[in-house]
Amino acid sequence: MLANLFKSSKLSSFNGGVHPPQHKLESTRAPISVLTIKNAQQVFVLPLRQHVGKVSKLLVNVGDHVLKGQLLANADGQMSAAVHAPTSGTIVSVQDQLIPHPSGLPDIAITLQADGEDRWVEHHAMDYRSVSKREVLERLREGGVVGLGGATFPSHVKLREEAKHPVDTLILNGAECEPFITCDDLLMRERAEEIVRGIEIMQYLLNTKECIIGIEDNKPEAAQAMRDAASKSQILIAVVVVPTVYPSGGARQLIKILTGKEAPSGKRSTDIGIQCFNVATAYTVHRLVNHGEPVISRIVTVTGKVARPGNYDVPLGLAVGELVALAGGAVENTEYIMGGPMMGFTLPSNHVPVVKAMNCIIVGKPEIFPEPPPAMPCIRCARCADACPVSLQPQELYWFAKSDNFEKARDYKLFDCIECGCCTYVCPSNIPLVQYYRYAKSEIIALDKAKQAADIARERNEFRLHRIEREKQERAQKHAQKAAGAKTESAKLEAAPADAATKAEEAKKAALAAAIERAKVQKAEIAPKNTEEVSPQIQADIAAIEARRAEAGLAEVAPQDENN
Amino acid sequence: MIGLAVLLGMVLGYAALKFKVDGDPLVARIDAILPQTQCGQCGFPGCKPYATAIANGEADINQCPPGGDAGVHALADLLGVEYKPLNAENGVPKPKSVAVIDENICIGCTLCIQACPVDAILGAAKHMHTVIASECTGCELCLAPCPVDCIAMLPIAESPDNWKWKYPVFEIKVVNS
Ligand code: SF4
Ligand code: SF4
Ligand code: SF4
Ligand code: SF4
Repeated sequence: MLANLFKSSKLSSFNGGVHPPQHKLESTRAPISVLTIKNAQQVFVLPLRQHVGKVSKLLVNVGDHVLKGQLLANADGQMSAAVHAPTSGTIVSVQDQLIPHPSGLPDIAITLQADGEDRWVEHHAMDYRSVSKREVLERLREGGVVGLGGATFPSHVKLREEAKHPVDTLILNGAECEPFITCDDLLMRERAEEIVRGIEIMQYLLNTKECIIGIEDNKPEAAQAMRDAASKSQILIAVVVVPTVYPSGGARQLIKILTGKEAPSGKRSTDIGIQCFNVATAYTVHRLVNHGEPVISRIVTVTGKVARPGNYDVPLGLAVGELVALAGGAVENTEYIMGGPMMGFTLPSNHVPVVKAMNCIIVGKPEIFPEPPPAMPCIRCARCADACPVSLQPQELYWFAKSDNFEKARDYKLFDCIECGCCTYVCPSNIPLVQYYRYAKSEIIALDKAKQAADIARERNEFRLHRIEREKQERAQKHAQKAAGAKTESAKLEAAPADAATKAEEAKKAALAAAIERAKVQKAEIAPKNTEEVSPQIQADIAAIEARRAEAGLAEVAPQDENN
Repeated sequence: MIGLAVLLGMVLGYAALKFKVDGDPLVARIDAILPQTQCGQCGFPGCKPYATAIANGEADINQCPPGGDAGVHALADLLGVEYKPLNAENGVPKPKSVAVIDENICIGCTLCIQACPVDAILGAAKHMHTVIASECTGCELCLAPCPVDCIAMLPIAESPDNWKWKYPVFEIKVVNS
């Protein structure tokens, strides 16, 4: 009945957007197939950074035997998420491995070899209404729940009730607007009731007044399943079907469509009382709270040039190549895209593991998406501006990013860009616009970090100079006092301590020389890598630095005695 | 008496710093552009003295290798003077590195602590020393004083955390009309 309040006539829309070919049918013909682990030699690779925030803290050692669902690495602080064993087995290594990241760089990961028993660790459901909300949030933190729409933001952070920003609208994102991807569609069709159980927990934690699920009108089965499940819930959940237009699944865009509200530039949706989650995240919240199962698997769409396109419930850590093989295999030497064609990226290798952010694998990148024709100069047609869902001026941003004019790019709200790719999609000159924005954004972020580091260094340097100055004055004071006291003593008595001082000084020097000697011997034994092979170039550099220091009067800044 | 001296010293030191920072806004603005590596390659004992010298017209704008070309451009813009390439006599820009002490060899002489401009080295007399990597500016000033040469500069490796998207390599072709 509440759903009636949200007739499509009442829906807002966002500016721009595009209609790329859908390619969703291929992967929705078969139900989700659940992959179980029968092979005792199966290897799983679990990166410790599968989420936004800090790398999780390792809790296990190589050689440990672990059970399915066991905590392997815990969240480090609030902005972090835990990692669990997808099956029972032995930890065989903890080292840098290739991960699904656009950089193609390796990162720290745990490798687990299955024992074939797939034996669960002891786990319990939680009656979330009978414990404090803090305990529920703590369970979410320990259960590794992150946003499964692709952003992988730790969910417990978003489910904290905050006095400053009370959330009165909970939005569930089932729009799944990007072509090729159908994992949320199938999840909603087949596990609607479980999603609703998860939504109930989220609604309880945030204490929201209303709750809306947004689904694009190209998924009628999913919408019907969700409507049926929602009608059986004790809380009011509205299922709203929204027009199919890319990127209606962007959090800001969906919020605009469903509520007509927009968070101002640089603000979050909670500033206007709205929190948004992916439907798959709600599902994992339910599994964790009502069954005690942490996030150890996810639904991945495997589509493109593969024999059996479809959706697979995959244990995290399985190699993408093996997943594709289970989906019928691919042509040799092809490339894979992780995510969709608009926002995804090419995987560095098919050995990378399935991670929490992986919603889709498109097999056969070069075959399906041939290289675009070479880019031409911008003709200022402004089609990109018409398509931009955030109402930016992509052609200006392109100009600023291209010429490294970062301050201007920032002024033109570069950081509001959601990298949706609509502008690139419509540009008649085939300019890879988003790539320029990504480049400019990462340069700006790096510059900001460097600036922060410089500010800290300046402060520490000033503090040090201040400390040295203070110590100098203290020493002067002491000397003045001593001199005043010494005047009353006899000359003979005065000579003695001076003598002792020289002796102490000599002893110290001897000790230092001995220590250097010892170190030299030790060094010869250890043969360190760093100092033995100092090239004449570096040696010259060191000498030059030393000379400059002397010239700059730095040498006298370093006092010779360590006890003052 | 000593307590009073300490207090006075602190007040004086603080006042001196405060005065320097607030005293000349131009120095502060120049200093804000300098990378704060505090390495002395510019020929001055730190970034602030170099900033002061530039403000007084006693130094050129192209003497700071860690600031790189971008730094010279920013200084030229701020001061409204012509850009000029970095003076090679001051050194060449290097990839950002941090100092690492080989703790098996360190004799705990504390000479590196005394050289470090940002107090990024920890350790007590006769105990091994270690560098707080996050605070190290990579100035290399600790290398020379170490009597047993156990400090090495390691370039900061690229990781998924600090990796940057590259400038698009696509050539923009001009159509002949
Ligand atoms: S769509 Fe392309 S050619 Fe047209 S204004 Fe934008 S960047 Fe320029
Ligand atoms: S990628 Fe950025 S600039 Fe381009 S259309 Fe999307 S939001 Fe606008
Ligand atoms: S050369 Fe070194 S000390 Fe001089 S301004 Fe640059 S970073 Fe600072
Ligand atoms: S200067 Fe070298 S030996 Fe002395 S404390 Fe520092 S690292 Fe150790």
